[in-house]
Amino acid sequence: MAKQATETEKAVEFSEAGQKELQALLARYPDKRAALLMVLHLAQREFGWISQDVMKYIAEQLELPYGDVYDAVSFYTMFHTRPPGKYHLQVCHTLSCALRGAHQICQHIEEKLGIKEGEVTPDGKFSFVKVECLGSCGTAPVVQINEDYHENMTVEKLEQFLKTLK
Amino acid sequence: MFEPVLTKDIQIPESQEIDYYLSRGGYEAFQKVIKSMTPDEVIEEVKASNLRGRGGAGFPTGMKWNFVPKNTDKPHYMVNNADESEPGTFKDRLLLNGNPHLVLEGTMIGAFAIRANVAYIYIRGEFAREARIMEKAIAQAYEKGFLGKNILGTGYDLDVYVHRGAGAYICGEETGLLESLEGKRGWPRIKPPFPALEGLFRCPTIVNNVETLSCVPLIINRGADWFKSIGPERSPGPKLFCLSGQVKNPGVFELPMGTNLKEIIYEHGGGLLNGKGLKAVIPGGSSVPILRPEEIDVSMDFDSLAQIGSMLGSAGIIVMDEGTCLVDALLNIAHFYRHESCGQCTPCREGTYWAEQVLRKIEHGQASEKDIDMLEEMARHINFRTICPLGDAAAMPIMSFLKKFRDEFVQHVRAGACPLNSQL
Ligand SMILES: Cc1cc2nc3c(=O)[nH]c(=O)nc-3n(C[C@H](O)[C@H](O)[C@H](O)COP(=O)(O)O)c2cc1C
Ligand code: FES
Repeated sequence: MAKQATETEKAVEFSEAGQKELQALLARYPDKRAALLMVLHLAQREFGWISQDVMKYIAEQLELPYGDVYDAVSFYTMFHTRPPGKYHLQVCHTLSCALRGAHQICQHIEEKLGIKEGEVTPDGKFSFVKVECLGSCGTAPVVQINEDYHENMTVEKLEQFLKTLK
Repeated sequence: MFEPVLTKDIQIPESQEIDYYLSRGGYEAFQKVIKSMTPDEVIEEVKASNLRGRGGAGFPTGMKWNFVPKNTDKPHYMVNNADESEPGTFKDRLLLNGNPHLVLEGTMIGAFAIRANVAYIYIRGEFAREARIMEKAIAQAYEKGFLGKNILGTGYDLDVYVHRGAGAYICGEETGLLESLEGKRGWPRIKPPFPALEGLFRCPTIVNNVETLSCVPLIINRGADWFKSIGPERSPGPKLFCLSGQVKNPGVFELPMGTNLKEIIYEHGGGLLNGKGLKAVIPGGSSVPILRPEEIDVSMDFDSLAQIGSMLGSAGIIVMDEGTCLVDALLNIAHFYRHESCGQCTPCREGTYWAEQVLRKIEHGQASEKDIDMLEEMARHINFRTICPLGDAAAMPIMSFLKKFRDEFVQHVRAGACPLNSQL
């Protein structure tokens, strides 16, 4: 199972490169709050997911109430409030992908990995979610694995690809 | 003969590089504009071209730019809407990937025309790669001196930034987008005030689609008359059509606005997969009214589709063959809008939830004919009763599927199961 959502191992602080990027992001906007989504993306890249401690840290950095940060994190689907698997499988199941076999892809993942939508494998390697249209319907079905799109997906291709993941 | 202009070079790997773009006359339009034209002259040229917005509503671009006040001390903002999330739509992604400097140049000219010194390109969060490509394109434009302070000695200052969304269809709606750019949840604003008067940070703002802005450098280079000569005069220009679903060759096709829908499906798309018969086509993204096979002999432009009771929308053509269960297809669409409803307005939040529930019952044969009437009633109660058009987008497919394919819904109810055993 996923780790407890409140547990963090080390003090939350951006790396040196992260601090620099934070300053550059702040310079893009006339107020600090506007940088929030970009800073959350940065935080997710640095920490893997957005824990309460990360939200508190960002609130301090942007001089915002914690609630404003929490509000954004809870509204947008891409921010993880629990650690995802090392490989996060996001299967598009909206109409164009559904018409080209997204259901079979989902079924295969559930059987192969033994997890249901929203779950993480016990070894923390894979997590699986169904997502809405990824804006790539012409190459349906589409599976986004972490940041990368895998298009024209078939059960066989997916199977092959999963084997290459260490 | 029509030749693609927006997507001409996208297959070439170097097409992302500024030197390649420059070698093809790139940034000439921007230079011409800042060196020899006034903002109003640019607006006039775009107006004369009859360019209409490619984001869905087809609003005349030049007219929209003219709404920006000319005598405020407030900063103005240009926003390029690269949120691309309407199911069936995948054209902007192609431009971001394959022609990022055209996207950027269009944004820059738009910014100049509305007297903005800052522009944002709002890219949906899932497009991580496209965001990196645009960041790189912007960095290259700074290096060449096309961005920054006192650009090429003209006195014009412009900064362009990428802003990434984080997974929310509603942020494609322009005021939801502006909230999201301000770091908030993407809850659309009540209009008026329209963004042109009070938008980003309460300042005059224009939001335009990626494809719309990409047409602008072409209009400046080749002239409004050239643009107007492509397709129907009242909604002209090169157009990206997205073809998906059960067709042989899905993909993006750049064709003249007004190309016949049947031609797109059967000639450019190669017809249906496995030689099957056609059951239905959604011509403009999942929110627009569905067409029956006998209706597809139609010109793909804003006015012609409106005339037959549908919409060009985002030009996302979704093709469904005779083996598709339309109840299940509608359930899929209803699920999408329920998931993406931002929750702000009660008719949309509750209506999309119940519509999905009822459709699930119908699909699994657990409903009565009364439920079909109730579903229709629910859709009517969502339509036009919400702050933003997401409510209408959710209601239109329900109303049109029921109008044109009611038999299939009734069959499900009578059979007590899905006759096609569908699993979408
Ligand atoms: C629910 C909803 C989603 C939308 N999504 C998008 C989108 O992803 N991309 C886009 O360009 N316009 C989208 N729009 C339209 C925008 O609100 C806006 O009209 C458009 O960006 C204006 O650009 P244009 O004048 O160039 O067409 C959406 C509208 C609604 C109601
Ligand atoms: S429906 Fe899957 S990418 Fe659009």
